[in-house]
Amino acid sequence: MESWRKNPVVFWALNLPPSIWLVAFFILPLGLVWLISFGEKQGLIDIAITGTLDNYVRALEPIYLQIFWKSFVMAGIATLICLVVGYPVAFAIAFAPDRWKTLLLMAVVLPFWINALIRTYALIAVFRTRGHINFGLEWLWEQATAILDLIGLGGLQLLGERFVPVELLYNNTAVSLGIVYAFFPFMVLPLYANIEKLDRSYIEASLDLGAGQFRTFWKVVFPLTWHGVLSGIIIVFIPALGAFFIPELLGGTDSQLIGNVIERQFKSANDWPFGAALSFLLMYLTFGALALRALAGGRSKGVDT
Amino acid sequence: MRNPLKPVSRRGFLAGSAAVAAGITFLPKKGWSAEEPLVNFYNWDTYIGETTLDDFQKATGIEAKMDLFADNDELFAKLKEGNPGYDVIVPTNDYVERMIVADMLVPLDHSAIPNKANIDPVHMDPAFDPGRKFSLPYMWGTIGIGYRKSVVDGTPDSWKWLFDSDKYSGRVAMLGEASTVLGIGLKYLGKSLNSKDPAEIAAAEALLIKQKPHIKVFADDNGQDLLLSGEVDLTMEWNGDILQVMEEDDDISYVVPNEGGLLWEDTLCIPKDAPHPENAHKLINFILDAEAGAAIADFIQYASPNKAAKALMDESYTKNPAIFPPDEVIARCETAIYLGEEATRLYDEAWTRVQAA
Repeated sequence: MESWRKNPVVFWALNLPPSIWLVAFFILPLGLVWLISFGEKQGLIDIAITGTLDNYVRALEPIYLQIFWKSFVMAGIATLICLVVGYPVAFAIAFAPDRWKTLLLMAVVLPFWINALIRTYALIAVFRTRGHINFGLEWLWEQATAILDLIGLGGLQLLGERFVPVELLYNNTAVSLGIVYAFFPFMVLPLYANIEKLDRSYIEASLDLGAGQFRTFWKVVFPLTWHGVLSGIIIVFIPALGAFFIPELLGGTDSQLIGNVIERQFKSANDWPFGAALSFLLMYLTFGALALRALAGGRSKGVDT
Repeated sequence: MRNPLKPVSRRGFLAGSAAVAAGITFLPKKGWSAEEPLVNFYNWDTYIGETTLDDFQKATGIEAKMDLFADNDELFAKLKEGNPGYDVIVPTNDYVERMIVADMLVPLDHSAIPNKANIDPVHMDPAFDPGRKFSLPYMWGTIGIGYRKSVVDGTPDSWKWLFDSDKYSGRVAMLGEASTVLGIGLKYLGKSLNSKDPAEIAAAEALLIKQKPHIKVFADDNGQDLLLSGEVDLTMEWNGDILQVMEEDDDISYVVPNEGGLLWEDTLCIPKDAPHPENAHKLINFILDAEAGAAIADFIQYASPNKAAKALMDESYTKNPAIFPPDEVIARCETAIYLGEEATRLYDEAWTRVQAA
């Protein structure tokens, strides 16, 4: 801890580049947006920073609170699905034979090599009325109808006269699934990192001492991997909260999330101060979530390895 | 495709520093006669004839370099911090207006563009640039309804089928842009597309909220794909986009409803601080030439305002109703004008409520 005093040159040599990076690409732009959020539009191009709180007051109108709430619910549902599906996946990878681990992790990370926007377009091709899922269902329908014909029940048309495609796109379910699909690796990776370093002898001890599989999981394994769960939740929830192109592409007429409203303020509505205020409200919520994370982390220190 | 209504992204913040930068880079202007044989053309993708620029060089000895932009926001953003060296640009009508307001264009010297006589007079005095001081028309088009002929009953020549009917419930897509959708709703209600009246905008909002259960999606400019893939049977779209998919699928057609739709126009302008203004005028004049104009229109298949060029073209173009709607329908169409920041906010808030309802 004291070494930076002894070797200030080394310290600064190592820390200057990241510090400059942080200031130039994080603090400065965010500071600008923060300032704009206290500004007023002056005509088409100019913004005067007047210190007004009008933008925040407007952001707290019921209509925007309702959209905030909806974004929370959607992001929450998506995060929950990620967790429920991701935990067993991470567990399976962590307990897989070593030579499989790399391959399985690759399988989780590989979609990341493709841009999220393109993956979302790919989802459209899968889900749409004449998409791959409906083609598959139609094929199953044809086979089933053929079998019914074969056993002489074709005349009853038990499965309907013709195949009716399932409407999978342009609703809130599609948006949730799109978010899950986009952010799933963010959930699996921290969970895997945590489960991987779990001391297996605790599990053996618990089982030896008479606890069942179920109890061992909830009393031993889950508390020990709690940090991974928290990290996963936060890493998925925060970007899910700001999602805008997923609802835009997969959502229906009522799938507007707060990210869409913010995007519009910077584009067609041309109201940067209001967009900045909405963004910063989201920021404050994010800080709140991180504070909770730190709090929860501090409390579980005794249990953690 | 083009989206002339998406306004400005900009940082007024940096306007000051841009002004300083512009001051530093300002060089004494050369006399026109001393211009090098070069002109920098900033255009949309696939939006010029195949050989137009080569022909221009052959005719004048001036080399035309073309750079491409994707939408008006990009064009506006590039130029607002100071012209990076473009001589001729192709903004859409309401952006012409914004650029005039923001003092980003130079007035055209009409005496240097004799070919402007080729332009149909109806295009010579638009609301967004009275008297054509800053812009000349390049191509124009409409927003109407693209539809699947085999499924839709007759010709859907009213906005009613999109805005006020459950006949095609769940088979309808609209554009995803506040002022366009609300503006056309206003058209259906018999009001102006450019209304600034809060009560009228509220009426359009109520109309959309009522119709919402029957609309499948507010498409982010991909209505033509939804139509082509069978996701919807009717969609509000730009005519150019529907023309594209009509080439792939005979069952798709396009109509501008009788109430009238939105009329857009891409224009030729010269931005402030253009390095080669004399050559810029020559290029604009060349593009407005009858033969050059016909070659361009033949290749890109948008509606040309160039009367002399149209006279040289065959009927598959000049009589195509998807390119040139009937005159009486066009008469009822309106061009979007820049409504000012207050009305823009009204439209955005109404749009937010429509989607949240």
